[in-house]
Parts: sequence; C-alpha cells; structure tokens
Amino acid sequence: MQAINSGDTAWVLASAALVLFMTPGLAIFYGGMVRAKSALNLMMMSFAAMGITTIIWVLYGYSLAFGKSQGGFIGSFDHLGLSSTLDQVTGPEGHQIPVLAFAMFQLTFAIITVALLSGAIADRAKYGSWVLFVAVWISLVYIPVAHWAFAAQNGEGGWIIDKLKALDFAGGTVVEINSGAAALALALVLGKRDGFKRDPMRPHNMPLVLLGAGMLWFGWFGFNAGSALSAGSLAATAMINTQIATAAAAMTWVAYEKKRDGKATTLGVASGAVAGAVAITPACGYLNPLGALILGLIAGVVSAWAVTRKYKFGYDDSLDVVGVHGVGGILGMLAIGLMATVTANEAGANGLFNGGGTAQLTRQVIAIVVVALFSFAATWLIATAIQKTIGFRVYRDDELTGLDTTFHAESAYDITGNSNRY
Amino acid sequence: MKLITAIVKPAKVDDIKVALQAAGVAGMTVSETRGFGRQKGHTEIYRGAEYTVDFIPKVRIEVLADDVDAQSIVDIIVTAANTGSIGDGKLWVTPVEQVIRIRTGERGGDAL
Repeated sequence: MQAINSGDTAWVLASAALVLFMTPGLAIFYGGMVRAKSALNLMMMSFAAMGITTIIWVLYGYSLAFGKSQGGFIGSFDHLGLSSTLDQVTGPEGHQIPVLAFAMFQLTFAIITVALLSGAIADRAKYGSWVLFVAVWISLVYIPVAHWAFAAQNGEGGWIIDKLKALDFAGGTVVEINSGAAALALALVLGKRDGFKRDPMRPHNMPLVLLGAGMLWFGWFGFNAGSALSAGSLAATAMINTQIATAAAAMTWVAYEKKRDGKATTLGVASGAVAGAVAITPACGYLNPLGALILGLIAGVVSAWAVTRKYKFGYDDSLDVVGVHGVGGILGMLAIGLMATVTANEAGANGLFNGGGTAQLTRQVIAIVVVALFSFAATWLIATAIQKTIGFRVYRDDELTGLDTTFHAESAYDITGNSNRY
Repeated sequence: MKLITAIVKPAKVDDIKVALQAAGVAGMTVSETRGFGRQKGHTEIYRGAEYTVDFIPKVRIEVLADDVDAQSIVDIIVTAANTGSIGDGKLWVTPVEQVIRIRTGERGGDAL
C-alpha cells in the first residue's frame, strides 16, 4: 500500500456518505412535491437508482468512467469488478487517497444524477421500465459524460477536463446540465400527465419537501467541498461558496415569486435553495465568496422564471428538473467563464471580468453545448426505444388511480388501514 | 327529531361551536369537505401558473335536535356563520326517523 494522506482520505470518505445521503433527501423532496397517490412510487425511483447504479458501478461503471482513457471519450475495461483498485491510490503527491474512496465518492454522483431524472416524469412512468432506463442511461449517457469531464489523467484523460480544459469543479456538466437535458427528453417522450395545465397538481406535503431540501443542502457540502478531494483550503472555499449561493438563491427566488404571484411560498424557498446549490456546483472551487453571492442572487431569479417555461412551451417537466438543474448548471458554467479568479484556485482561470478575456468563457460554452446536445439526443433515443418496446408510460387508468397501489401495493398515508389493497 | 346540516366557511367553525355550546347543545359532528355553490370556484396562481379551483374547502356541521329546539339551533348557526360575503354556505334541516345511543340503547329524545 502506497502512502495515503489520512486527512484527505477521511474527508473524501465522509463526503461520499454526505452525497449518498442526498438521494434519499431527493426522494423526500420529490415525494412531497407530487400528489399523494404516487408519492411512494417517486421515492422508489430514487431508491432504485441507488441499487441499480451501484451494481453497474462495481461491474463496469467505474472502469469505463475512470479507467485509462481511450482518446478522451471513454475509460477502459481495466477495472471490471473494481479489479486492480484494492491498495491503489490516486491524487497528487502528498494528497493521495485510496482509489476505492474516490470510486465510492464518484458512485454517489452517478446515483443522484439519474435519480434527478425521475422528477421530470413523475406520476406516469412504469416502474419496471424505469429500472431498465436507469441501467441503460447510466451505461450510455452518465458514464461517458463523467469520463469527459471528471477523468483527469495528466492531460490524457477525458476531453472536456484534459483537452478542452473547461472548468467544472463538482459536476455542472456531468450532473446538472446532463440531468436537465435528459429530463427534457424524458418529459417529451413520455408526454404530459393527464390534467397538466388543467389541474393544480400542487405538492401534497410541503413539510416533506422542506425536509428533503434541507437534506440536499446538507449533503451538498460533501458534493462540492468533497470534490476538492482533499481536506484543505480549496475544500473550505468550495464549502462557503456553496452556503452563500444556496442561501442567496433561496431568498431571491422567493422575492421574485412574491412580486410575480403575490405570495412567498415554501416551495419557492426550497426550490431556490436547490437552484443556488446547482448553480454554484461547477463554480464553487473557482469563484471568490462575493462571486458566489452574485451567482446565487442571479440563479434564484433566473431559475424561478425558467420553471414557468414549461407552461408556455407545453412540456410537462413535472418537478422542474430542466428549469432548476439544466438552467442552474448552465448559469454556473457560464459564471466560471465570467467571474472565475485564480486567487480562489491556482489551478483555475481568470474569467472575463477578471482580465482573463473570453478564452475560458468559450471553453465553458463548448462544454455546455456538447453535453446538453449529447445528453438530450441519447436520452431521447433510449426513452423512445423503451416506449416502443416494453412501454414507458403507464395506462391512463393506472395514472388516475395512482402509481402507489398500481405498482407497489402500498399507499403513503395508510392512516385508517382502509386503503386499497391487493 | 331533526338533523341540521350546515356547510360553512372553515374559519367560522369555532364561532359556531362556541355559540352552540353556550346554548347548551349537547353534541355536534364536523367534517372537512369541498364543494361549490353559486359562488363557483376561483382562480389561484401557484408557481407561476394560474388554475381554476372548482371545489372550495368547507366544513360540514351536523347537529341532531329535538323538533322544539331545531329552529333556535338553526338561528344560532346561521347567525354565527354569517359574514355577509359570498361563500358563507348553506344549511338544511331534514327529519330523522330514529336516534339510538349505542352505549345504553336509549332511543329518541333520550339519546340526544
């Protein structure tokens, strides 16, 4: 066993646990946001993501995402079954951590990214088809994009991080833009919920939504500060930037909403917090705290506006994955090109406003466009293939009854014991 | 005996309860319900989208009364539930054939 840095290792191990905690948090956040009749089904979609993604990750996922790069596009089969990883270390000299700590940390990112997609097709996806979709999407969409943007291999790794040199600290492309673009494709292929734009379809349990948002906010410190992969000043910068942007966006979302709709809602404060955390995700290791504040203030307003576009254009992105994650991810990636400063991170760059010209901004735009287009197109093909073979959309009667009894023989609120049983 | 059923604004339930208790009414049943009358539904804006809400939340109050008490109870409820604005609700009185207190088996007026 080569020497490891125990402080760095402890932080990455803890961060992996923090990020895993986000997915049950997402399940609760989403579960409260849908109607009561399908709440369990939506939570089940997140738990299925935890199960299926983990199995794929150990079999071939980690290897294809982080194995030796094949021209910058995909990893290798060197670590099938997580072979040749025990006792191996990764990271720069003096800051080395076990490969398995890194593999576990990255696994939790894959899990939450695919789990995020469930929000776009709430209340209307066949459960078995979702399980299949998770497996295929992780394999054909997540793994390549993670390789492009996360697999740094001394200039020979993924093309976005090592060749293009677009900056993405914690997953603005891999997690946020990827999930946002894929969510749009899924919403289009599965179609609108029965009653979209006619019925209110308001969240059935806002305390759950707020609890879930709190779990996400908490876990996001592992997501962003953990992405420093060391327990040092860069992690501290990422952590405080995460807090600042999340808090700022929560406030501006609600302020915008109050002006637009007349009321400040708890759904708004929860959504705003997530939108701020999303926007700062790629940028948290490259901005100074005031940059994070500006990004957060803007992200709350822009995302609050963006989530209403579905009514204008008529796609039923039920829980606003496109407006929050897609748009927030794009904002964060652009913010790097505009406000990044090497005073925050020597390995970063100076953005347009810090004397860096448009060079970094151009790289950021290329990364945004390529990831969004690839993710949208690949996801559309996968979802269409599933819809045309085993079917992805549920039957109308099942949708109206609710998916909890249809697929799981359970109901979220069986208070009297008289709920429908099979 | 009569069954007095009133559909009222949720915010008025407490006033009605206090007024009925003060008049010595021994029991009442309330349930949350929804519906519309001449008021119809209304539009609401939530998360930037406008919706028509057809069924408006109301509370249904049920009181059993002897024939002689029924009119005064009706008056108490109508007075307490009245705000003068649209959506105050409705009240109706129906005849009741039999009332039984389950614990003792008492019937009729004794069961009230």
